[in-house]
Amino acid sequence: MTTLTNRAKPVDRKPMTFLESIYLWNIFKGMMITLRHFFKKKVTIQYPEQTRPFSPVFRGVQILNRDEEGRERCTACGLCALACPAEAITMEGAERMPGEEGLYREEKYAAKYEINMLRCIFCGFCEEACPKDAIYLSETFAPSAYSRKNFIYDKQDLLIPDPKTQPEEFAQAKGLREISKKNK
Amino acid sequence: MIHLLTIDWFLLLEKLVLIIIVVMASLVIAMYSTYAERKIAAFMQDRIGPNRAGPFGILQPLADGGKLFFKEEIIPNHSNKILFILGPSLAMLTAMMTCAVVPWSGDVHLFGRTIALQIADVNIGILYVFAVVSLGVYGIMIGGWSSNNKFSLLAALRGASQVISYELAMGISLISLLMMTGSLSLRTIVEQQMVSHWNVLYQPLAFLIFFVCALAECNRTPFDLPEAESELNMGYHQEYSSMKLDFYLFAEYVNMFISSAILATLFFGGYDIPFFNEAAHTGWGNWLAVAGVVCFMIKISLFIFLFMWIRWTVPRFRYDQLMNLGWKKLIPLALANMLVTGAVILWMQR
Repeated sequence: MTTLTNRAKPVDRKPMTFLESIYLWNIFKGMMITLRHFFKKKVTIQYPEQTRPFSPVFRGVQILNRDEEGRERCTACGLCALACPAEAITMEGAERMPGEEGLYREEKYAAKYEINMLRCIFCGFCEEACPKDAIYLSETFAPSAYSRKNFIYDKQDLLIPDPKTQPEEFAQAKGLREISKKNK
Repeated sequence: MIHLLTIDWFLLLEKLVLIIIVVMASLVIAMYSTYAERKIAAFMQDRIGPNRAGPFGILQPLADGGKLFFKEEIIPNHSNKILFILGPSLAMLTAMMTCAVVPWSGDVHLFGRTIALQIADVNIGILYVFAVVSLGVYGIMIGGWSSNNKFSLLAALRGASQVISYELAMGISLISLLMMTGSLSLRTIVEQQMVSHWNVLYQPLAFLIFFVCALAECNRTPFDLPEAESELNMGYHQEYSSMKLDFYLFAEYVNMFISSAILATLFFGGYDIPFFNEAAHTGWGNWLAVAGVVCFMIKISLFIFLFMWIRWTVPRFRYDQLMNLGWKKLIPLALANMLVTGAVILWMQR
């Protein structure tokens, strides 16, 4: 019979020898393998002291961005809410008052901005849909909570730290942003 | 009060203390064998076992015990309530009873008395162990029957047939050993091994057969079909919860500890320290007995490690393979061993 490749090996169908049917030698060989594994290096990662490194495009919890002067970028246009397949984002817009020039970038801003983490599927469509570069997905997991109410993250939870008042946290969060922007 | 009855009250007291110590020790050792099992299993599978409860996870058995203690006790409606509660109690009872005849060490001299570190030095020691182990199968059968559950019943049937098949081979392999020692008392066997070589050198095949049968008696992999997680839906302890399940699981570990103790006693010299002439060092006094206990514990832990090592290496046997092994392979082998031993003893007595 002709075969397509010559990789097929004929199966050895000889009956077991006496030594093989006792099986003790094979058990012993198996036990030696197990013992070797006993002394090998373990592959466990001790979370939360150690974490696995994520790729830069990992999609975690959302962050609302600011620009270099510390003004919020989000204008409550609603494109992210429209794009979200799980309908997890809700927002309410508000008008910028004359004294709040340094807080918000444009004349409209989001007074209330909520993402329901139980609905969010971390797809990243909101990041892709935003025209103002205001929302992106960071590398953090959404931590666990005891009640469903605690999973609705509002603007306080999502906003990136102000570069004027908290430069280190801002730099840390931005550092991730720079990498992900580079790899897009 | 001491003049009222001519009973040696001090003997009662020392036996009571010994019983309490031995029972506590076997429970603690069984508890920590669960921890050792998880750690050894993990290390053989390239992972770390429990290491969060206390340093290196030492307090993990306490956490497990606490969890099982706080669970809800469910007794199925249509089960036989008396038998349901009796099953695990019987399993634990027979597991504990076997540690009564194991000689833990030599003699200790305390308060002007000679205390032998053995709860009951009956002169039919090993036969007593066999009898109690045979009773242990009742725990499985009663548990399986009273659960009112087809799978538990099947598992209990398999467990019972497995135990009685492997008991035969165990007994026959033991006969060849007893032909050599001439006595059933465990202390005599150990004392003979202290003088001459360990019995494993004289009877290696009997040791092998006895070891395989001990694996089967403890329902340990590869013979753990009665409690197979995937085959029989947890087998005979499927319907149990909380403390009754705890008793079943613990009884298995206590059985393992006792089987290791019996193996060490019969074949590896019990509390005999290898390459060490005890008779020449009587100046140590009680510390010699302590050293004997430590040496015994080391041997037992090596055997427990061997039990666990085999569990995580060999896959489970199918039921017909199991029966085949017990009846068609081990019993003829044990019989042949007995015949050869008898022939050699006769020949050497000429």
